[in-house]
Amino acid sequence: MTISVWHAIAIFAVTAVMTWVTRAVPFVIFGKRKEIPKFITYLGKALPGAIMATLVIYCLKSINLTEFPFGLAELISVAVVVILHLWRKNIFWSIAGGTFCYMILIRTVFPF
Amino acid sequence: MLQAATGTFIFNKRTADQIRGLVEINKTVSFAFKKTVPIIFGYMFLGIGFGIMLQEAGYNALWAFFGSLFIYAGAMQYFMVPLLVTGAPLITVALMTLLINSRHVFYGLGFIDQYRRMGWKYPYMVLSLTDETYVLLSTCKYPEGIDRDKAAFLISMFNHCWWIGGSVLGVLIGTLIPFDLTGIDFCMTALFIILLINHIKQVKAITPVIIGFISAVLFLLIMGPDNFILPSLCFTVLVLTFLRRRIETVKEDTAS
Repeated sequence: MTISVWHAIAIFAVTAVMTWVTRAVPFVIFGKRKEIPKFITYLGKALPGAIMATLVIYCLKSINLTEFPFGLAELISVAVVVILHLWRKNIFWSIAGGTFCYMILIRTVFPF
Repeated sequence: MLQAATGTFIFNKRTADQIRGLVEINKTVSFAFKKTVPIIFGYMFLGIGFGIMLQEAGYNALWAFFGSLFIYAGAMQYFMVPLLVTGAPLITVALMTLLINSRHVFYGLGFIDQYRRMGWKYPYMVLSLTDETYVLLSTCKYPEGIDRDKAAFLISMFNHCWWIGGSVLGVLIGTLIPFDLTGIDFCMTALFIILLINHIKQVKAITPVIIGFISAVLFLLIMGPDNFILPSLCFTVLVLTFLRRRIETVKEDTAS
């Protein structure tokens, strides 16, 4: 440890509390209301699809399409996941197949 | 004699009820457990990654345990380690946490009505709403005979356990792992893709998915990989607001 125990505890505590704040916001604003506004219910239903699409991009954010290897390891593995899932419809095979493919590709064909 | 017979009957009925209760709890537990199995690998290995970083910075397993128990935010815990090493001022830590976790402010919106009825579990459900738990619970279809609230609670808790377990393991034995695990984090990407495919098949209204996708790519190109997610989600909410009437009609059409 490079800093005092209390400073470290304070950093852990601040990180925890601020994380809680971000998660609690919608519940603090709307949790006590008798009726949740219709607009919020609508957003609650429409957002999951949009957020999942955003998270997929978020996971792939570091790929660079302008120079070698053009994010090919990621894109091929994504294709493997999609094809496996549409074909076998088994979540475990899709995850295992895609991840295995990715780990092989970054070691052999497209090393860092 | 009659009394004894009634007594046995009551006893039998009570045991039967208890057994039935146990079977139902077991059903809910195994349902929730199965739902979180795809998370195990991702959370364990990402947790191990965090544990190794923490151990290298000179912190023991107790720190990893309490860190993962109370913070429970993957990306932020990774960012926290360099802050610990340099002894960053608390205000910097606070602002960075807000910035990195800001996307979470949107996650609760679909769960307000369900969570606030959950009594003592309410605060736990709110504070344990990570990316993965959010995606699992938003796409979860609860079959009959499964207690929805109990299952949601167990799913959140199992995920939390995988994460804590991973980080503690990371401190204890992370450096002993004999093979190179680089790239294993792709399993989270795969999970999001799979749940997105299932979601699209289920709801049929794919406008929100397209909006989220285009917005994310757009803001990634404009703002770069580090800061795009919050502006992208704000823009998504804005577009969803403008297209509300259209999207709601589509939903009703597919529902009927």
